[in-house]
Amino acid sequence: MVTENVEQMTRKETEDNRDTNMIDELNTPAQRFKVPDPIVKVNNVNLFYGTKQALNNISLDIPKNKTTAFIGPSGCGKSTLLRCFNRLNDLIDSVRVEGEILIDDDDIYDASVDITELRRRVGMVFQKSNPFPKSIYENVAYGAKISGENRKSVLDEIVEKSLKGAALWDEVHDRLNESALGMSGGQMQRLCIARAIAVEPEVLLMDEPCSALDPIATGKIEDLITELKEDYTIVIVTHNMQQASRVSDYTAFMYLGDIVEYDTTETIFLNPKNKQTEDYVSGKFG
Amino acid sequence: MNKFWKNGDPFIWLTGVALMFSLLMIAGLMYLILAKGLIFFWPSDVAELDLKNGGKVMGEIITREKVPSKGDAVPDEYRTQLKIGNRDLYGLDFKWIDDDEIESISYPKYAVVLERREWGNMYGFIKKITEDGQVISEGNQESWPVLESLIPVYAKIAEDIKSIEKGNIGEINHQIENYRLKIRGLELEGGDNKAQIEEYESKVKEEEEKYKVEEEKLSVLYKEFTKDKITMVSVDGREKEMPLGNIVRAFRPNSMNWFQKASLYTSRAWGFVSEYPREANTEGGVFPAIFGTVLMVILMSIVVLPFGVLSALYLREYAKQGTLVRIVRICVNNLAGVPSIVFGVFAVGFFIYGIGHSIDSFFFSEALPNPTFGTGGILWAALTLALLTVPVVIVATEEGLAAVPNEIRHGSLALGATKFETTWKIVIPSAMPAILTGLILAIARATGEVAPLMITGVVKLAPQLPIDSYFPYVHLERKFMHLGFHIYDVGFQSPNVEAAKPMVFTTALLLILIVIALNLTAIVIRNRLKKKYTTSAV
Repeated sequence: MVTENVEQMTRKETEDNRDTNMIDELNTPAQRFKVPDPIVKVNNVNLFYGTKQALNNISLDIPKNKTTAFIGPSGCGKSTLLRCFNRLNDLIDSVRVEGEILIDDDDIYDASVDITELRRRVGMVFQKSNPFPKSIYENVAYGAKISGENRKSVLDEIVEKSLKGAALWDEVHDRLNESALGMSGGQMQRLCIARAIAVEPEVLLMDEPCSALDPIATGKIEDLITELKEDYTIVIVTHNMQQASRVSDYTAFMYLGDIVEYDTTETIFLNPKNKQTEDYVSGKFG
Repeated sequence: MNKFWKNGDPFIWLTGVALMFSLLMIAGLMYLILAKGLIFFWPSDVAELDLKNGGKVMGEIITREKVPSKGDAVPDEYRTQLKIGNRDLYGLDFKWIDDDEIESISYPKYAVVLERREWGNMYGFIKKITEDGQVISEGNQESWPVLESLIPVYAKIAEDIKSIEKGNIGEINHQIENYRLKIRGLELEGGDNKAQIEEYESKVKEEEEKYKVEEEKLSVLYKEFTKDKITMVSVDGREKEMPLGNIVRAFRPNSMNWFQKASLYTSRAWGFVSEYPREANTEGGVFPAIFGTVLMVILMSIVVLPFGVLSALYLREYAKQGTLVRIVRICVNNLAGVPSIVFGVFAVGFFIYGIGHSIDSFFFSEALPNPTFGTGGILWAALTLALLTVPVVIVATEEGLAAVPNEIRHGSLALGATKFETTWKIVIPSAMPAILTGLILAIARATGEVAPLMITGVVKLAPQLPIDSYFPYVHLERKFMHLGFHIYDVGFQSPNVEAAKPMVFTTALLLILIVIALNLTAIVIRNRLKKKYTTSAV
């Protein structure tokens, strides 16, 4: 009895130790999870909203031409981390970021970085589809136009290519000059994807892109993500575990501003090293 | 009972009653203006009243009312108001006649009404028409066709006289004034420029020669104008001879059918909106007032729209939201509640005496001591109204900007647009319907405003329109006429208030129509934009 108890206690202790050790290990460069051909490197990033810390010493690598998913309960900082990659957090006055984020080995938080140039390299699709109150054509051509492209033939080509890339061309090619606000929810979200890929970014960030869509529209977007992976590096934030397991190659589980575990999607869902991760992906909490 | 209050039915009734009262008030006002304003042009029948004392009066019956009672014992008495016209004979246009004075009322079929350039209407019968003193027709019936055929001839002569006076002679005066100013400018400059001055002086002489020629032509026309004379006899037998050129329109309402009356109605209504006023604004048209009102509102819109939108953009998009911005916002809102005459006084001090005088001393010194911009004018009036309405545009624009979802802003920024590009290409177009709503409100307020205009450039009678054919074509320093002021002037400052009364209603109706027209234009534009930008999602 006694030995059994002691055994149980030590097991629990080691388990607890394992949790904290895991996090520390992840954050030491030597131990951090190696991905092939990383395009985004996050090194020791801390983020504060005023005095409240939202990201704790985050370090991870995002592999090129793969889909990486951030999962975790609400408020864990996954959207905040995503918005660090295109510096959209800069819009909030009280935000302060420490550490470095490298894209193609350029520190995007360096003072010399042109934010508009960065945002052209890192596109974003939002949770709520946000087409501009303009025509479908104008929506897709917008990014190219503000980069200074005014030739009609080039714009036509970009629009067609992007809409085809977003699997929307067949549905809208005959009404390009109609308002984008007359489309269905799923079409609007695909239009936003088309708009984002029209400027040919290297990285495409997706912040819960399907949370407002019905299952059929969600399925279309998921198929699209799988196709887009060939040309773009995709980082997706999702609440939907099945979605993460379906579309992503790598998955990071975040909790309260920490990366708890980061591995291939297969490992995270089938064989997680961390107890919290296991509980979360199996639906015990979250 | 408790349930009765709880289910909210009484509240629904209350809201309904409140709305009904507002609608009734608007409908009542519109009915009054429409009823009184629209009948003004209708040629009403001419009544001849035979009085018990043997006298006779003739004119249009205007109204019939109860005589203010002299006490309870006296039975009610009624009296009739008659527009008797013939001001040159009677001295008065209107007359009250008690019912018990009247023997009988008849409508003589061939009674003639003359609309004249002077002395108002004449009611009576034609006695004879003479040409150079020779009688060419005699009697009411015989003379009518002669009169009808001569009126267009004289209308043509009147037109010619006007074109010479306003056109050719106006042109010459304009040139002489130009040369005078140039000479004065050279004198002020000093130095050796005698040769130039002499050149200008000789040019002035040339113009004066031309003037003499035109004057010659005019005197010929004027002689022709008074060649034919008509002698009218009033119903009580008094005679009056006048030149035919004095007659604008002649008609016999009692023998006209409905279509003839309708066509006369149209011609008078058209005259009202297209002609210049006559006889201290109590007769004729209001064209200069319409022109002045519309031009002033357009000028105001051109100033207020960019000014208000830019201010709102800074307040909403760029300024750090905090106490200071909140205070500024409250101040802007309160500005909308400042009495308009205060804006007028401010404009006189700041625009006219401040800026206007400086402009005069820098650019128009040769015209001094006559002020150019240093006195009231359409530009200053428009700026005053712009100042008055800028809070409306700011508030509306701010609300429009606040209603643009942040997701759309972020969407644009995430595509690599700068804040400026996002604001200019996404936010402003999205807020455009709200901005135009603000402009509509501003226009409605500005068109009805009179008080500040009275001291910043509106006059009873402006000799020239602010836009004409002389360089630089748009004369923003000129004083102008305004429909709102016209209503006040005609209704309360006129020497002949009774005659001008229907004109007040007609002018009010016209002002309302102009407000509606200006607003409709803005609403059509706004709806076009709305359709373009916000087709609702299915």
